[in-house]
Amino acid sequence: MTDRSLVHVAFYAALIAALGLVPPVAIPLMGGVPITAQTLGVMLAGVMLGPVRGGLAVLLFLFLVALGAPFLSGGRGGWGVFMTPSVGFLIGWPVGAFVAGWVMRATSDMNILAAAGLSAALGGIVVVYAFGVPGVALMAGLSLPKAALASVIYIPGDLIKVVLAALITQTVARGLPGAVLSRTPTGANDKTVN
Amino acid sequence: MISIYLRGDSWAHRTPAGVKLLAVAIGSLFLFQTASIWIFLACLAAVVALYASLGRQGLAQLKLLRGLTVFLVILVALHWLSGTLMEGIAVVLRLVVMFLAANFVSVTTRLDDMLEAVRPLFRPLEWVGLSSRKPALGVALALRFAPHMTQIFSMLREAWQARTGSRTSWRLLAPFAVQSLRMSDNVAEALKARGGSEGLSG
Repeated sequence: MTDRSLVHVAFYAALIAALGLVPPVAIPLMGGVPITAQTLGVMLAGVMLGPVRGGLAVLLFLFLVALGAPFLSGGRGGWGVFMTPSVGFLIGWPVGAFVAGWVMRATSDMNILAAAGLSAALGGIVVVYAFGVPGVALMAGLSLPKAALASVIYIPGDLIKVVLAALITQTVARGLPGAVLSRTPTGANDKTVN
Repeated sequence: MISIYLRGDSWAHRTPAGVKLLAVAIGSLFLFQTASIWIFLACLAAVVALYASLGRQGLAQLKLLRGLTVFLVILVALHWLSGTLMEGIAVVLRLVVMFLAANFVSVTTRLDDMLEAVRPLFRPLEWVGLSSRKPALGVALALRFAPHMTQIFSMLREAWQARTGSRTSWRLLAPFAVQSLRMSDNVAEALKARGGSEGLSG
């Protein structure tokens, strides 16, 4: 991995951390479930960086949290958060970012807004919940349907984040095309500087 | 450095990070093997005693549980509805014990020491020709980036507030992304100019 890639990975890890500081928004229409911006960072990491670097960025973020940085929304951090029922979601994040990046690359001839939305939805929702719901079931001793019921309240918020991720990707692709690394040919970006 | 670490010089602070991490790992395995409420209650008492041994500041750390309360209440309710109330209570107790024990390690270990303790885990990277130094550099970079990015965002928000009167908007996200990406490009070039990650000591 080049130093440049390392900086990108660290950058998105920090972005996920910074998004954790955005205060949760509770939308009354949805029963007041708090929506945090953090998974938006997970989606963006995958969509912007591509599978490998995107997944690594989320892993680095989780590593920081495990080391004791209070980077999860609400100022949570430390090894303790991996002992809570939501650990499945945390484990799903890097995989979700990987899948989002992979889908983004596989749909490279699609319109960027649509491709980014599709990638963010598949990676950031489908994959993340595929890990998260069994995690809740296992850690909380619930059946899978009950665990799904306990998690489903967050889906509307995640859909909003998918839309945001797609819009941000499109804007960045216009303003700073080189930054959408998942759409630039492999290594092209590294060669220009390194 | 930003961390949930609690400054101090207790016995727990002096215990090597590796030993503490190992103890929590073994303890968690044990907790998953048992389902007795009495054992959980005993463990809970033991963990609370650990915090108490740090003094009043240590006990104050127990308020971290507040973030979990809502979820734990929902959990007990779900178990109660399906007629497994006792199992629900046992599950909640196990979660609380595991969370507090793991958190105890984070509270009594400096982030640097923690990084040092887990560094051997990155040795395998060298077998595939990668530097085991890179994860540490990644950690340092991300820790530096995070506050800088919040700064960029608050600057954008102030500008937005001055012009529109409203506090914040999702419209700020795009300029925020572009500005902070530029910043990361500058850092990448600065790192390159100083000889890259291989040129750094440590």
